Amino acid sequence: MTEAVPKLRLRGLHKSFGPKVVLDGVDLDVMPGESVVVIGGSGTGKSVMLKCILGLMRPDSGSIQVDGEEVVGISARERERVNHKFGMLFQGAALFDSLPVWENVAFGLIQGSRMPRKQAREKAIEKLLAVGLKEDVADLSPSELSGGMQKRVGLARAIADEPEIIFFDEPTTGLDPIMADVINDLIVKCVKDLGATTLSITHDMASASKIADRVAMLWQGRLIWVGPASEVFTSGNEYVDQFVHGRAQGPITMQVRK
Amino acid sequence: MMINGILTFLSVIGRYFLSFLRHTGRLAEFTAISVFHVFRPPFYFRTLGRQMVEIGYFSLPVVGLTAIFSGMVLALQSHTGFARFSAEGAVATIVVLSMTRELGPVLAGLMVAGRVGASMAAEIGTMRVTEQIDALTTLSTNPFKYLVAPRLLAGTLMLPVLVLIADVIGVFGGYLIGTYKLGFNPANYIARTWEFLEPMDVISGLVKASVFGFLITLMGCYNGYQSRGGAQGVGQATRNAVVSASILILVFNYLITELFFSR
Repeated sequence: MTEAVPKLRLRGLHKSFGPKVVLDGVDLDVMPGESVVVIGGSGTGKSVMLKCILGLMRPDSGSIQVDGEEVVGISARERERVNHKFGMLFQGAALFDSLPVWENVAFGLIQGSRMPRKQAREKAIEKLLAVGLKEDVADLSPSELSGGMQKRVGLARAIADEPEIIFFDEPTTGLDPIMADVINDLIVKCVKDLGATTLSITHDMASASKIADRVAMLWQGRLIWVGPASEVFTSGNEYVDQFVHGRAQGPITMQVRK
Repeated sequence: MMINGILTFLSVIGRYFLSFLRHTGRLAEFTAISVFHVFRPPFYFRTLGRQMVEIGYFSLPVVGLTAIFSGMVLALQSHTGFARFSAEGAVATIVVLSMTRELGPVLAGLMVAGRVGASMAAEIGTMRVTEQIDALTTLSTNPFKYLVAPRLLAGTLMLPVLVLIADVIGVFGGYLIGTYKLGFNPANYIARTWEFLEPMDVISGLVKASVFGFLITLMGCYNGYQSRGGAQGVGQATRNAVVSASILILVFNYLITELFFSR
């Protein structure tokens, strides 16, 4: 493969909240079609990193490029255009509870891509089938669904507008192990069908090894290890080792004291 | 010791002042962005329609009940007062002037602040803490355009309609008491109602209503939008929305009255 422009390139990303440094120089490249999973403990800044990329937060310094185009500090209108390339599955699914399931899935199509409602509904049902839901959930309200079903609707919404880059924020958190595996399978399948690039954050190693091509470990605001998913359990890095094996003892000490 | 005490005292004042400035600045920015998006396409007519029905139609029972009892009590009280210097004939005029100029807009505004402002703050606050507002952004939809602008517009447009209805119902309440309890001749009472009523009385009330509608929805949206940290944050946002909208209504009521005074 020739040297391609990375789909997503982060350079020297910094973000602090008051005296608390959350991101301290994050560098990361995600190549087209690649699936990168960022692992790390709670509160290490994984979500902050995603929010910076999505434009929900502004980094203090550093650069974020999407398809080679700088997106830090662009106007709201430009941001809408760039976000068109993005799909996002939120941790709590973040479905709009005022709208029925199908309108949730079709939201980006109707509001963003100005598709007629009838056509958008058909497309939404097609996506619901793709994530293993039946047509009859389309008219239910999101609150009538179980957590696993909400996640699937969230996934259907994330892929509905056929985004080029999909972000997953803890896709399996709060699900039972079987449902978690179903979601992992769906993620792998949907991403393959779309040929999309993905960036996920998780602390669930089962999920990470299933969906990742490459794994990066975030600790104290930096990516301390990046490597192929196959090597994550044999990395030789003691921080990564401690994390993936879930040991309380090791170089990473949980800050219990505030 | 003494100096330390003074310094602590001053720093507390300073902190409150800075926090006041910060909030004022944030609110001013929020207002500017929201108003900007009211006038800039794309427009979400479906959301606008839903909000207009929610604010205008579903507030009718509350506002109507408030208005009729206010009109009734006005007739009774002014009769008591004016009877003391044999000016009972002024009851109809007093009822219609008080309703259109003051009580219609203020009472309707306060009731709608409790009903609509609270539910807006709770809804938008919940959307904030469950990341639904973030989700809007990732779906290339500007939350100001989709959530805030239609609500502001609906509030500003619908409150005058509500107040106009409240005026009529309030005057009718006064008429009921006037004719059935105080013994006025119905035709006479209606004639006295119209006799001294000027267009400006009604118009100033409707201008007030429009401003109140804007303030109520602005406070609902702003407090909801800024809410942080789960159920407690949403609860705080709801409380702040109602309290701040109510106080602003009373403050602006005075300011607008001052503006229209003697006209």
